[in-house]
Order: sequence, then C-alpha cells, then structure tokens
Amino acid sequence: MSVSELGTPRTGSRPHQDVTIEVRGLRMRYGPVDVLNGVEFRAYRGEVVALLGPNGAGKTTTIEILEGFRIRSAGEVRVLGVDPARGGESWRARLGVVLQSWRDHGKWQVRELLRHLGSFYAPYSTAERGRPWDTDELIAAVGLTEHADKRVSRLSGGQRRRLDVAVGIVGKPEVLFLDEPTAGFDPHSRRDFHDLVHRLADLDDTTILLTTHDLDEADKLADRILVLAGGSIIADDSPDALARRMSTGAEVRWTRDGERFVHSTTDATAFVRGLFAEHGDTVADLEVRRASLEDTYLALVHEFESGHGDAVIRSFEEAAR
Amino acid sequence: MNPTWNAIRSGLERGVIELRQTFTTAQDLWGYLFPAVVLLVVMTVMRDSEVPGTGFSLGAMALPSVLGMNVAYGGLVNIAQHLAVEREDGTLLRAKAVPGGMLGYLVGKIVGIAGAVLVSLVLVLVPGMFLFDGLALTGVGTWLGLLGVVALGLVATMPIGAALGSLFPNARSIGLLFLPIIGLIAISGIFYPVTSYPEWIQWIAQAFPIYWLGLGMRSALLPEALVAAEIGESWRHLETLAALGAWAVVGLAVAPIVLRRMARRESGSSVAARREKALQRVA
Repeated sequence: MSVSELGTPRTGSRPHQDVTIEVRGLRMRYGPVDVLNGVEFRAYRGEVVALLGPNGAGKTTTIEILEGFRIRSAGEVRVLGVDPARGGESWRARLGVVLQSWRDHGKWQVRELLRHLGSFYAPYSTAERGRPWDTDELIAAVGLTEHADKRVSRLSGGQRRRLDVAVGIVGKPEVLFLDEPTAGFDPHSRRDFHDLVHRLADLDDTTILLTTHDLDEADKLADRILVLAGGSIIADDSPDALARRMSTGAEVRWTRDGERFVHSTTDATAFVRGLFAEHGDTVADLEVRRASLEDTYLALVHEFESGHGDAVIRSFEEAAR
Repeated sequence: MNPTWNAIRSGLERGVIELRQTFTTAQDLWGYLFPAVVLLVVMTVMRDSEVPGTGFSLGAMALPSVLGMNVAYGGLVNIAQHLAVEREDGTLLRAKAVPGGMLGYLVGKIVGIAGAVLVSLVLVLVPGMFLFDGLALTGVGTWLGLLGVVALGLVATMPIGAALGSLFPNARSIGLLFLPIIGLIAISGIFYPVTSYPEWIQWIAQAFPIYWLGLGMRSALLPEALVAAEIGESWRHLETLAALGAWAVVGLAVAPIVLRRMARRESGSSVAARREKALQRVA
C-alpha cells in the first residue's frame, strides 16, 4: 500500500481555523531546573510535525503536556482549542496517543482489544468522522491481519508496536501524538508505518506530532521539523528549508581512471563545471551530496550548545547547590 | 448514546471478556483450583473434630467461614494486585488515553473480580456440599442470604482493595499485604470459633471485614443450633450489616480520591520508568 504520492506540498500561510496545536511561552520546572523555558510553536490540520532534540531536551515532557498527562508550570497551550489541563472526555475522544506498550493486555486477542477500545469512541462519532475505525480495516491498515486472532502476549516486538499504533488511531483522531513510534521496527515495517502516517495526514486530515531520533525518518515523514534544545524551540522549518539554511557546503565524489576522489566545496555547481572542463569524459560516478538533515541537525545543536554553554553550566551549578 | 452509559457498557463487556480469559489461561485456572483443593483437604482433615460444646463437625463449620474468607480475599488482595500490576504495565495509562476509559476500566475490574470470586465460591461450595453433612442448604432464605453476604462483602472490600492497590508502589510490594491478611484470617474465626480466643483478639477480629463475612456466611449456611459458638450466641445480622456497611462507606469515600490521585500521575514516561526498573531487576 503506497499512498505517499497523495501528499500535497504545504506552503504559504494557513487560515487560523486550521490551527490544531498552539503553544506559547510553555514552561516546565522540576524543582530548581527549567526543563522547558518558553516553548512556542503551532501545528495545523493535516500536518506532520517532527519534534527533534537531544536526550533530555524535554520532547517527551512537551508531548505529555499536550496529551494532558502532565501539568505545565506556565504558558499557554491549546490542543483543538482546549487547554489540555482541563480537557474533558469529548476532547480526549478527538485525540490519539500512541503509547509504548510493555506487556499490558497480554491475554487479549488483537481483534478483541481493538474492538473493545474502539467501542469507547462510538458516542463521539460525527458525520464527517465516523468513530471508531472499523476493526478489520484498522487491523489491515497496520498489517496485522494474519495475527488478528492471536493473543497480544504472542506478538513479536514489531507486531506489538503496530498494535500500539492501531490502538492510538482506533478513534480516528484529529490530533495524533507519537513518542518514538518506530523504535524497534524493521525496515519493512518502518516503510509501512510511513505510508500509514501519510495516509492519516492526507486522507483523514490528522495533525501528527511525533518525536524521533531517526533523522532520516523525520526527513521522509515531516512537513515541518521542530528542534528542541535548551528548553526552547531553536528551529522551526521544513526539512528542505532547514538544510538549505544551515548548509553552505557540499561534498563532491567522483572517479577518474578507476581512482576515487572526494572534495568539499561551498559552491558545488561551479566546482563540477570546472571538473568537467578540465577532465571531460574521464570523470565518472559523479555524486554531489548536500548536507543531510542529520548534518543540519547536528550543526544546529552544536551551534546552540557552544553559544549557550556558559548558561547551561551556570544553571547546572545552581541546580547542584 | 450517552457517553457515560456507553463507557459503563464497554466496562461490563470488558469484565466479561477478562473473566472468560481466566478460563483459558493455565495460570488463572491453577489460581482457581489450587486454593480450592487445599481448603477442601484442610476441611476434610478437620471433619472429625467437633465445634466445642455442640457435637457439630468443625470441618462443616469451616466451610461457610471459608466462603466468607474467599470473598474478603478476592475483594481486598486480588483487586489490589490487579491494580498494581496493571498500573505498572501500562493498562491503566491506556484506559486513561481513551474517552471514558478509566470508568470502563473500573467497571470491568469490578465485574471481573466479582465473577472470579463467585467461581472460587462455587469451587469450594459444590464439592463441600457432598463432603460435609449438617449444612442448612435447602431453604430459599439460605441462598438469598448467601448472595446478600457476597454482594455486601464485595462492596465492603473492593474499594479498600482498590485503594490499597493504588498506594503500593509496584506489583511486588503487594506481597507485603499477605502477612497481615493471613494474620487476620487466623484470628477471625474462619477455621476455629472466635469465642475460644481471648477477648482482646476478638475485638481486633471484629474491627475487620473478614470476621463479619465469615459470620454472615455461617448464619446463612449453618443450622440454628450453631449460634451457640458465636459471640453473644447471636448471628448479629444488624451488626454484620453495620460493620460491612461502615467499611463500604469508608472505602467508597476514600477510593475515588486515592484512585484519582494515582491516575493523574500516570504518563508514558512514568510507565517507561517502571518498565526500566522491572527489567533491571530481571537482569
């Protein structure tokens, strides 16, 4: 199943009613330490947003505040127009949360569990959005059809993660949160998962906010990347724009008479033109590699950390005191 | 459909599914059969001893008391165990992420545990009816009394059990509950009439629901003459109702507060942290 070609480019400004997540001045303080220190961002209907950042930057904390599972210290947060700290059951019905399961519901069969959890969403069904998702269709969408009658305890790690995703989307959410969704996926499952995410965003207009450590995945999935470091968002842009903004360099590789060459340059086009002018047809296996999202990300975080190193150390000393 | 009713209905369904699962899981079947067999063997051994001053079989007296004990054990320990395990493994967090999920979870737990308690009663009562003579099992009043005591007993113990399960930090620490419970069973007149103990022990026993559940069951299933072995030579129906009712009121007042506080603290990272810890212990 491949529906990724249905994706439409998302550019330009978007109408305000399409805002599904709005975060302003979000702060989270644990004891004397500010984990989040003025986080600001928005997400729109049908948008896939990847939240990146070093370990301990507060990605999980941010997501849990948006899910309504954690109470923030300060700032304004709206998810589907509602403050998550005060969200009721009808608000909850419009959200999906993909949790990392461990061994819960081990005795349940896959189909039985999804049908049961889905039944809670039935009163919240609307004309545009029929809830819950049809159980067998949902099982097929996450690729568990063969295992539908298995007990959950008999699923492999990867199958279990697919079930987690199915549980997260069984209520046809308008906003879906995924914390490290593909940890433990094999490449095939990962590809299927990416197709599913695109389908949810494009066909069902679901806003998807995910955290990941896999930058390649963020690059493929996300319409927009947020980089969280030092308690605030230090970058907020499309993967392409981010790469363009940060990278001035590229790496050019080629072979000539069976010998391999690598050259780093700030102007790859001019360099390649010169290369052909000089060596003509003897140049083979030409490859120009622009900075990847990974390079961009590492550069961003490095730049941030070296710029704010003093502040980081100071706050650490204060915490230790 | 009204979302609250829908959640309750889903919860009822959840309880029935979970109860059914216990019949096809080896570990759960063992959990039903092993205690039943042990209890029946113990009572059979006691069959030829007499309740002091009555000439009635001590084994037959113990049968209704054991039924009362099973209700208390199911309502206190089993539900506490389930809550602690399912908080640790993320079942509760899943319920929290679903609209009306916590209500459905609790309804399901009540139905599932109540069903399991009934199964454990049948497993002791039915063979017991053939093993022991002299039980008063014929009248409609007997069975209504038995069901009434079961229902009141579950209402009196389950909220307390749920609150205890929310207070323990993890599933393993629930083991700490066993010792005091076994001590209470020993002094609550389950296997030997409470009137043979010193008075101060009788007072302690009467502060807890296990004694009253045993008494209620004896009053339903034993012939009238056995009242001679009870405190005050009376079945004390009103006192039973008052004592179990008081436990129910305290439980129903405290449990929602404790449960809500516990549920509020659940999040993906708290489950992940406990998973880490548990896995470290295994390694």
